[in-house]
Amino acid sequence: MKAARLYRNVALGIKTLLLHKLRSLLTMLGVVFGVGSVVAMLAVGEGASREALDQIRKLGSTNIIITSMKPVEEESRGTFSPFSVSMYGLRYDDQRRAEQSLSTIRRTVPVKLIRKEARLHDRIMDLRVVGTTPDWFDLVRRDVIAGRVVTPRDAERHASVVVLTEYGARRLLATEHSLGEVLRIGGEYYEVIGLVQSESGQGGAIQTPDQEIDAYIPIEVARERYGDLSTIVTSGSMLRESVELHQLIVEVDRTENVESAAAGLERMLKQYHAKNDYRISVPLALLRQAEATKRTFNIVLGSIAAISLLVGGIGIMNIMLASVTERTREIGIRRAIGAKRAQIIGQFLIETIVLSMTGGAFGMALGAAIPWVITAIAGMPTIVTGYSMLLAVGISVTVGLIFGLYPARHAANLDPIEALRHE
Amino acid sequence: MTAAARLARSPEPSAGGRGVVRLENVSKVYVVGSSEVHALRGVTLDFAAGSFWAIMGPSGSGKSTMLNLLGCLDRPTAGRYLLAGHDVAELNDNALSELRLRHLGFIFQSFNLIPQLTVRENIELPLYYLEWSPLASAQRAEQMAERVGLADRLNHRPQELSGGQQQRVAIARALAANPEILLADEPTGNLDSATGEQIMQTLTELNRQGKTIIMVTHEADIARHASHRLHMRDGRIDRIEGAGA
Ligand SMILES: Nc1ncnc2c1ncn2[C@@H]1O[C@H](COP(=O)(O)OP(=O)(O)OP(=O)(O)O)[C@@H](O)[C@H]1O
Ligand SMILES: [Mg+2]
Repeated sequence: MKAARLYRNVALGIKTLLLHKLRSLLTMLGVVFGVGSVVAMLAVGEGASREALDQIRKLGSTNIIITSMKPVEEESRGTFSPFSVSMYGLRYDDQRRAEQSLSTIRRTVPVKLIRKEARLHDRIMDLRVVGTTPDWFDLVRRDVIAGRVVTPRDAERHASVVVLTEYGARRLLATEHSLGEVLRIGGEYYEVIGLVQSESGQGGAIQTPDQEIDAYIPIEVARERYGDLSTIVTSGSMLRESVELHQLIVEVDRTENVESAAAGLERMLKQYHAKNDYRISVPLALLRQAEATKRTFNIVLGSIAAISLLVGGIGIMNIMLASVTERTREIGIRRAIGAKRAQIIGQFLIETIVLSMTGGAFGMALGAAIPWVITAIAGMPTIVTGYSMLLAVGISVTVGLIFGLYPARHAANLDPIEALRHE
Repeated sequence: MTAAARLARSPEPSAGGRGVVRLENVSKVYVVGSSEVHALRGVTLDFAAGSFWAIMGPSGSGKSTMLNLLGCLDRPTAGRYLLAGHDVAELNDNALSELRLRHLGFIFQSFNLIPQLTVRENIELPLYYLEWSPLASAQRAEQMAERVGLADRLNHRPQELSGGQQQRVAIARALAANPEILLADEPTGNLDSATGEQIMQTLTELNRQGKTIIMVTHEADIARHASHRLHMRDGRIDRIEGAGA
């Protein structure tokens, strides 16, 4: 009964609005663009921030990543004396010390990077091979596509095994059928035992640990067979450098302890490293930063949206006031027949809400279409969330209510006798 | 249901029963700036159920003011106005609306149909506020249209009808909620004399069927149809002609 009556009232409102189609359409535009921009901006913001947050989460929120960096002095020296060896970066001892320094540190995973020419069948490629411990595969969780990863037993036996990343496999033209085949890396031979997924992290600001890594071998094997010395030939000059560990991933027991552990590691490393040849990065801190940025972004967005909706709402109010004046006589007639003030308010309020909700619906369509176009043209990730749609509906109803109330009350408070006399 | 609404439905017997309209020493003063306009000065009058009144008098004598008071569109400045057992001066706006809806039907000089609604919707208007079901309202609207001879015009818009037809739609609308009192302010004022005469026939017929009719008019020809002719002068009753007076 109540629902049927509401339906009738809404139908009447729509009918009245349809009498002035162009006017109703123009009145709605403010809300259309207001809601449309809210939904679109939220979608772009959500897309960008989710991408960033995802990447950071992939680094692990309880991890601290220490990376060897060539100090500035070494950088300049290298170019002048081609035969000298620059030594820098994390040492094997650093890993041991890190593990012992703090009780909050659960384990550490070393990363030794080797660039060697590799060959699978006839395919020859320069590969980035990482020597690491089996813990890597536990810490940097990626799905195993085929075969298996390096096990503690492989490490113990110094087994000549290699696990290819998806990225590496693509470069070597390897498939899951390549399991058991022999891969030659810089004159040494390995059995391909597994294929794991890799995180490309394309275009993102944050590098995931396995970005651009082609293959994994046990670190013991890497040390034995390739040592620490590497020669990099760049255009015209030759660079020789000795780096024991390229990276150290430190896992802390709880997120609350990450920051203090990072500070502790920093203190510890300072004692043993005269040069500034490492960099500590804390994904959690990046995560917090990204979240803070997202919040700021949302506040800015909210303000813009609020202003545009305010403008839209005022537009509606303006037109409704004009409509009330125009329909003064109708109001007088309805009041004389016996309409209560509340019923007049209801009538006009329904009209504004129908207007603003229709505007909101078009706005939602617009707001969903714009991100789609942005993704198609600019390649930016966008996510239209259900929450933004709900927000849009809520906003348009609220705009209708707030900006419709004044004109509606104005209509209801007209003196019926004067309203009837109105020309 | 509000107390006022309940009251509006059950007339108080002591006030004389359904349909009795009584003014007791009613005054209406309009304050315009610093001056006062005494539109009605202590009017006392009973409108018996089933009577047909024509209110006459020179311009500014208070005819419309009286009709607006009788129509519960306004409240008296002083005195009492009893309608269906209620003292109108004491009622709030909602209760007045309720009284208008259930007891009064208005007919205006300029018809006052709502232009964007069809004839049917215009007639259904009081029923809409009475919260009748769409089906019952539609049936009632058809009945009323038939009664005023416009059954074939239900889906027209008011602008498509002649003045006389529009006024008949207005009468159908005034009758829809079956009120006992019809109030008309110069109902033939915008019509030629032949059409006006037709409208008067309709009103006379309604009066015969039991409606109390109170009508303002300038024209003696029109007033002749009424059982009572009330002459106003300067906000006072000048004289009353007609049955029993
Ligand atoms: N809203 C108002 N404010 C101030 N004065 C008013 C108002 N309404 C009516 N009056 C005054 O009250 C007096 C009675 O007016 P009313 O409209 O009742 O006259 P009337 O008899 O209907 O006249 P007419 O035949 O011209 O319609 C007039 O002097 C008029 O100017
Ligand atoms: Mg008048």
